[in-house]
Amino acid sequence: MIEFIIDLIRHIIKGNKMYYLWLSILGFFIAMGAIAYFGQVDNGLIVTNMRDQVSWGFYISNFTFFVGVAAAAVMLVIPSYIYNFKPIKEIVLFGEMMAVMAVTMCILFVVCDMGKPLYAWHIMLHPNFPASLLVWDVIVLNGYLIINLSAVTYVLYRAAHGKEYKMSIMWPIVLLSIPWAFSIHTVTAFLYNGLSSRPFWNASIVAPRFIASALCSGPALMILVFQIARKVSEVEISNEAIQKIAELIAYAMGFNLFLYAAEIFKEFYSQSIHLAPMDYLFFGLEKGGVHHNVLVPFTWIALFCNLTAFIMFLNSKMRNKFFSLNVACVLILIGVYIEKGMGLIVPGFIPDTLGEIYDYLPSATELLVTAGIWAIGALIYTLMIKTAIPIYKGELSLIPKGQRRKVPVHH
Amino acid sequence: MKRRDFIKSAAIGLGGLLMPADKSDASLWETFFQKYFREMTPEEKKSVAKRLEKEYKDKTGVSIDIKTNEALPRVKFGYGLDLSRCIGCRRCVYACVTENNLSRKPQVQYITVLEFKSGEKWVSDLEESRKYYEHETVPEPGHFYMPVQCQQCDRPPCVKVCPTGATWKEPDGIVVVDYNWCIGCRYCMAACPYGARKFNWADPQVPPEQFNPNTHYLGNRPKFKGHVEKCTFCIQRTRENPGRYPACVEICPVGARKFGNLLDPESEISQCIETKRVFRLKEELNTNPSFYYFFSL
Repeated sequence: MIEFIIDLIRHIIKGNKMYYLWLSILGFFIAMGAIAYFGQVDNGLIVTNMRDQVSWGFYISNFTFFVGVAAAAVMLVIPSYIYNFKPIKEIVLFGEMMAVMAVTMCILFVVCDMGKPLYAWHIMLHPNFPASLLVWDVIVLNGYLIINLSAVTYVLYRAAHGKEYKMSIMWPIVLLSIPWAFSIHTVTAFLYNGLSSRPFWNASIVAPRFIASALCSGPALMILVFQIARKVSEVEISNEAIQKIAELIAYAMGFNLFLYAAEIFKEFYSQSIHLAPMDYLFFGLEKGGVHHNVLVPFTWIALFCNLTAFIMFLNSKMRNKFFSLNVACVLILIGVYIEKGMGLIVPGFIPDTLGEIYDYLPSATELLVTAGIWAIGALIYTLMIKTAIPIYKGELSLIPKGQRRKVPVHH
Repeated sequence: MKRRDFIKSAAIGLGGLLMPADKSDASLWETFFQKYFREMTPEEKKSVAKRLEKEYKDKTGVSIDIKTNEALPRVKFGYGLDLSRCIGCRRCVYACVTENNLSRKPQVQYITVLEFKSGEKWVSDLEESRKYYEHETVPEPGHFYMPVQCQQCDRPPCVKVCPTGATWKEPDGIVVVDYNWCIGCRYCMAACPYGARKFNWADPQVPPEQFNPNTHYLGNRPKFKGHVEKCTFCIQRTRENPGRYPACVEICPVGARKFGNLLDPESEISQCIETKRVFRLKEELNTNPSFYYFFSL
């Protein structure tokens, strides 16, 4: 075991200039984020632009987006195990590692949003269960983290012994992880959905739209990360697997846009007073001689990105060319990041329950802390890949040195 | 070992890593591991109040009294607001700030007075309201006013969503917050349909010489950054025996504010509900407020 750890450290510190440059960039953002966060702890959340009117902002927006990304693993788990689609099966591990990364980031975003994070253990001592959806979310997110960590650890543990994982052990994990991935979405959607005080969230379409958009953003991020991973390391990810994921994104985006259209139709056609948040998103609201429209450009950018990406994904020629595929993936990420982040959270508070309009955009502290958490996520993923790849290749092994033989890794 | 005890000792172990080890101040530990108010014995409540009094005295040199008395039997508080009398002077807002030791910087206020143009949309579309009106004199001709504060709902959405149970409804109908148990997630603020819950975005500042020394643990005691607070019908006054009116009721120069025991059919509030045509804010949300609006004229 000690030998394994020493080997592991050796593998992690091994890398070219680009690798070290990457680590230093991440380290820089993590340090900046930490400094900003300590400033926030010291002065209170007043250093953010959140106020009583808009009491959740950029942190919770990012949290919501990454809950979506976290479920990306399930996108891969379903076809790989149920249909036994081989090219994807080999990359499930990387999907699960992405889930681990995303859930960790979610937890960090929530902690950074809390006024008294040191007292978070109060939830365990006296959970308001089952009434509070936030307790449900704590349970499902931590559960999802544990499930994916176990799956990753088990597969790697077997691989480190030069063996394939046993389906008899993986099946229960997989069977649990599929509904669980849906549950983290659904519960997070219900968190907002259940509040009758916020008409923008209190629409039954919120949970289905959550799932549809998550099935776009998570896999899009994976497609990009996989290409980078196979470029900078010797991991083999087949084009076939990437193309299959791209195809799934096309369906998911079609469904997402349909649900979005249904929502837009309902609000703009019926023109009830509950149109205001949607109106704020697309055109801005007029109040007291001031035109409040800070989110308008973002909304249109998101819509443009999502529509363009959908058309690109539908076209199998564009989907199969890596350049256009990557452009489409980036567009989807931007589109969903806006739509499922700020575009979902902030309008819930605008106008506020007493009719006030408070224009919210994140403060410098919020941006720095967020960048720090993104960097932590990227670092976690980098280190996980740096551990997993040598294990898969048989360079890093739990088998005592003398008994090792070359293990064929790729099937 | 019971599960809860195990979790607690695990939490204590973890807490040890987070707190400075050389800190001789025992109250820091007591603060960190303070129990949930509803699970304290009366003696524990008293000793916590003593500690908080001492902390405030040590910090400012000012002596205060923190009460922990419980709801009076056969009392359920109700509130009435006569919209035809209110002139929008905001005296209630500032009387509340002084009485409840609300932060002066940054400003925290439990009461929001909304101004509406006569004949325009209101009640269900508060979007037409003005919160930041600044007239030389009030009432502004052609306008009317509607103060909003915690409606002390019988089915409070804030209580339902709180992950730790740090906010709850007392037997006398007051929705309270244990500031020490609140973790500052602000889910209650998202859930409240009346904008009644306020967060301490920074350390609340109240000049010690202006600090109202008559306080209640669940009300106007010293507060700190990172937790939510709200109107408690001046729990430190209304739970006295004989009880006193909330500060906003007492200050109102036109007598627009009524307060009393809903369980007593002879009380002023019960009489108002009985004889006036009352309504409650956002009835469609089924929160069942204990706060009634009416028109006497």
